[in-house]
Amino acid sequence: MAQTVSRVSTPPPVRSEPRVRLPWPLSIYQTAVGKKWVMGLTGAALLGFIVVHMIGNLHLYEGPLEIHEYAETLRDLGTKIIPRTWLLWAMRFGLIAAFGLHIHSAYSLSRMSMAADQRYPGGRNYIAANFASRTMRWTGPIIGLYLFYHLADLTWGWFNPDFVRGDPYHNVSESLGSIPVAILYIVANVALAVHIFHGTWSMFQSLGVNSPRYNHLRRYLAGGLAGIILVGNLSFPIFVQAGVIDDNGRSIVEELQQHEAAEGEEN
Amino acid sequence: MSSEINLTLQVWRQPGPQAEGRFVTYEASGISTDASFLEMLDIVNERLIENGEEPIVFESDCREGICGTCGLMINGQAHGPQKSTATCQLHMRSFKDGDHIVIEPWRATSFPVLRDLAVDRRAMDAIIASGGYISVNTGAAPDANLTPVPKETADTAFDAAACIGCGACVAACPNSAAQLFTAAKVQHLNLLPQGQAQRWARTEAMVETMEEFFGSCTNHGECEEACPKDIPIDFIAWTNRDYIKAKVKNRKLAG
Repeated sequence: MAQTVSRVSTPPPVRSEPRVRLPWPLSIYQTAVGKKWVMGLTGAALLGFIVVHMIGNLHLYEGPLEIHEYAETLRDLGTKIIPRTWLLWAMRFGLIAAFGLHIHSAYSLSRMSMAADQRYPGGRNYIAANFASRTMRWTGPIIGLYLFYHLADLTWGWFNPDFVRGDPYHNVSESLGSIPVAILYIVANVALAVHIFHGTWSMFQSLGVNSPRYNHLRRYLAGGLAGIILVGNLSFPIFVQAGVIDDNGRSIVEELQQHEAAEGEEN
Repeated sequence: MSSEINLTLQVWRQPGPQAEGRFVTYEASGISTDASFLEMLDIVNERLIENGEEPIVFESDCREGICGTCGLMINGQAHGPQKSTATCQLHMRSFKDGDHIVIEPWRATSFPVLRDLAVDRRAMDAIIASGGYISVNTGAAPDANLTPVPKETADTAFDAAACIGCGACVAACPNSAAQLFTAAKVQHLNLLPQGQAQRWARTEAMVETMEEFFGSCTNHGECEEACPKDIPIDFIAWTNRDYIKAKVKNRKLAG
């Protein structure tokens, strides 16, 4: 530059330079705005998953065989080109990576903000911040813990003595049939919807998607998505408790598989 | 109609940067509702001086809302309860007789308290010094309207240029992020043709200086509400976009 400006004397910086400068483009992740970009992008990916997951789960209302068939279809994705379950696993690894980055960026940015912020002993009035935006650092960990329980319960079957691999209808009706578990699912999904309400709107700001003509739609989109996900996801514990999803402890898929195995022996 | 009100003030008193601070309660009686908030503090200070006490230290300069020197946290709100108003333009008619008012300095790790209600805001100067200017040689004064600027662009750039650098956005932010200040200072130049030459260097330098001193934006929108100049958080989004573009472009330029 034509003119040099000497550095202003300032209070000591709150944030020090990273010890190792990563090569481009990883260096972008070492900046706060870059981390917000990653948080927004991974949030969008996770949001996409949550919407698809909720819609897919609606197959529960069709019946045990239909949801089983849907689960098998997911494993069969891409089988015409690559071996079975590879595409599903690729998507799973993508989600795990997105989840890890989402948590790491949230953690390090929170640390940075906590270092920069000072309390007001006289109290602070919030005017624009809403419940959702102020509880992001609470709803996030709640969702994380719930996700672990959810996988352990319905994917790995750790907490369910009657767990039958490959029969989602049976596992869901057994698990969510217990009142404490149903309450846990309801609480966690309310936290998820609250997180999504602020996250969806916030994502547009962080990614710089801002056009005065369409800005008013961002709140509607956030509210709409949070609402749809809330209604869809809460319907499962509620309808299991109401007895709409109930196989009376019989795993139809298991019986079918045993029947097929017996037929195979006969032939 | 002017009338007089009696108030109870709870003011943050701190003898120096390292000293322990505390709230001290003062009775402010017979304050005209036509007085500005700072005039009210002047009256309280005159009475303190008469009683041989140390007056309350606070900053002010133009007292017409354009210099950005004043700034107090009044009842937990930056610049007090009236929207789009700096502390100096806030009048006592916004308060009722018998009100209890808590007055604190701006608080952020990078805004250390110098004394009472005065804070050191040089961290914001560092952001400006890192790129908040145009320093390419432009030759002699050009003819008027030689560089056409669309009306909408000029208006938007002016909205950003309205920033007086008071620091209310940092004070109001639960993360103590200076995103709104930095975005306004980046965008009022980035939006105009004259600012294009240094656009990417400016964006990268200013955002990274900001990150050394302030927290990370979580899009609460508190800054927009606190801003005495009504600067919208849209500028933050545009700066986020420009920053990532700058990270790509500056790399190409650097070879």
